[in-house]
Amino acid sequence: MNLGTFYAQHSRLIDEIGINALLALSLSVSLQAGQLALAQAAFAGIAAYVSAIASMQFGVPLPASIAVAILASALAAAALAYPVRRLRGIFLAIATIGFGEILRVVLNNLDVTGGAEGLSGIPNDVTTPIIYGALVLVAIVLAIVARTKFALAVALTREDENAARGVGVDVGSVRFASLVLGGAIAGLAGALYAHAFYFLAPTDFGFPRMEQILVWCVIGGVTSPIGGVLGAVFLSVLPEVIRPLADFREITNGLILLGVILFVPNGLSTLWAKRGS
Amino acid sequence: MAAELRLAGIGVRYGGVHALDDVSLAVRPGAVFGLIGPNGAGKTTLINATTGFAKLAAGTIHLGDRRIDGLPPHRIARAGIARTYQNIRLFGKLDVRTNLAAGAFTHAGRMSDDDARALLQRAGVPELALDATSATLPYGDQRRLEIARALAAQPSTLMLDEPAAGMNPAETARLVETIRAIAAAGIGVLLIEHDMSLVRAACDDVVVLNFGAVLARGTPAEIVQDPAVIDAYLGSSAEHAS
Repeated sequence: MNLGTFYAQHSRLIDEIGINALLALSLSVSLQAGQLALAQAAFAGIAAYVSAIASMQFGVPLPASIAVAILASALAAAALAYPVRRLRGIFLAIATIGFGEILRVVLNNLDVTGGAEGLSGIPNDVTTPIIYGALVLVAIVLAIVARTKFALAVALTREDENAARGVGVDVGSVRFASLVLGGAIAGLAGALYAHAFYFLAPTDFGFPRMEQILVWCVIGGVTSPIGGVLGAVFLSVLPEVIRPLADFREITNGLILLGVILFVPNGLSTLWAKRGS
Repeated sequence: MAAELRLAGIGVRYGGVHALDDVSLAVRPGAVFGLIGPNGAGKTTLINATTGFAKLAAGTIHLGDRRIDGLPPHRIARAGIARTYQNIRLFGKLDVRTNLAAGAFTHAGRMSDDDARALLQRAGVPELALDATSATLPYGDQRRLEIARALAAQPSTLMLDEPAAGMNPAETARLVETIRAIAAAGIGVLLIEHDMSLVRAACDDVVVLNFGAVLARGTPAEIVQDPAVIDAYLGSSAEHAS
């Protein structure tokens, strides 16, 4: 089978993998700062609808509609960051999941979002190279950020917020920035999603999607952005690879996940490091 | 660059309890100031109040000409106050190098390995491996590393919360040298300590706290003679000694 046929058969999966990797990166930005903020799917959803509506109703060209969508999700993240500023751990998780649920209900009931039927006929102008170009761009931005003092502040905030304050880290700003940066990346993923698959429904970015993103990061490893990407790729490809197993597919998928959790508890990204040491 | 730290009439309340009541003291650059007293006297609360972790109910705190009470902890750290913790608070999963870089967080530029080793030298643990995970270090080394991290901030004032806890007499004696050398470099040191021999060897001035209030102040030699201090804190061991 040549590469062209392979792409023709799997282009949707290939595009999904790229978008999933972006979603995993967006969550890993929060997790790096020790914040279990689970609103990434909601931020992606906001951006998906904003970019779709901008294109369909206002004829905004693709780059501008993506830019507006990213801005909208970053603003949503900033707005959410304030009320949750004193929440940590499981409480932060519940509050941010609640935000996602509110959004789903709102999307379900607005006219402009097409209600439960969603939006269809979104201009299908995002191609595979655009998705992977965006992924590379985000990876480069994160790699640059990783070399700055902000990355140190993020690590210190994750390890011990009070000790971080004691050495001069403005923990509140670090949490805010990581939420907004994560929201912006999720927004990019959402806008690409809308324009890659030309159909959008409120359930596309509900709690099951959020849970998926979290599982990607946990399976891949939460200590680095690479882990999230690895998890997203692995778990997006896995169901396709074991498709020939037919009826045994779901159970095999589950067993493999269980195996990873049991035997590689720190995530797939630590496999390589383990072998190195 | 070193400035005097002045606490004037500070009070801290936890609910209805006066954890600190009308406490005044000054930590001069180049001097070691001892803070002693029984458990629950408010010693750690005084460090927490100075570094912005506990809220003042009364009084003011100045570092040089700058008023620092009411500022958030990260601003106070930037102003030039560094601290260690009674229950060591290193970034345990991170290596020695990163912990030292964390100490220098408020300063521009990257910390070189030579700078890092110089800090370890000043804290009395020159042999520590920079890439060792800090939580795996022996207890005494962790205490020293925490001092090195605090020194990395190039502070005006260094607040040490029971740095000798868990150390044997030989280690404690070495710690006195370390603390005197830090002060000799122009840093004001505030030292919370229970070990009176360490206080006598290391401190220029001492304040004794009891139930959140100043019970006595003076040189270490004066303090150990003070009847009120003997009664409240030093107790029978001092009576036997005399």
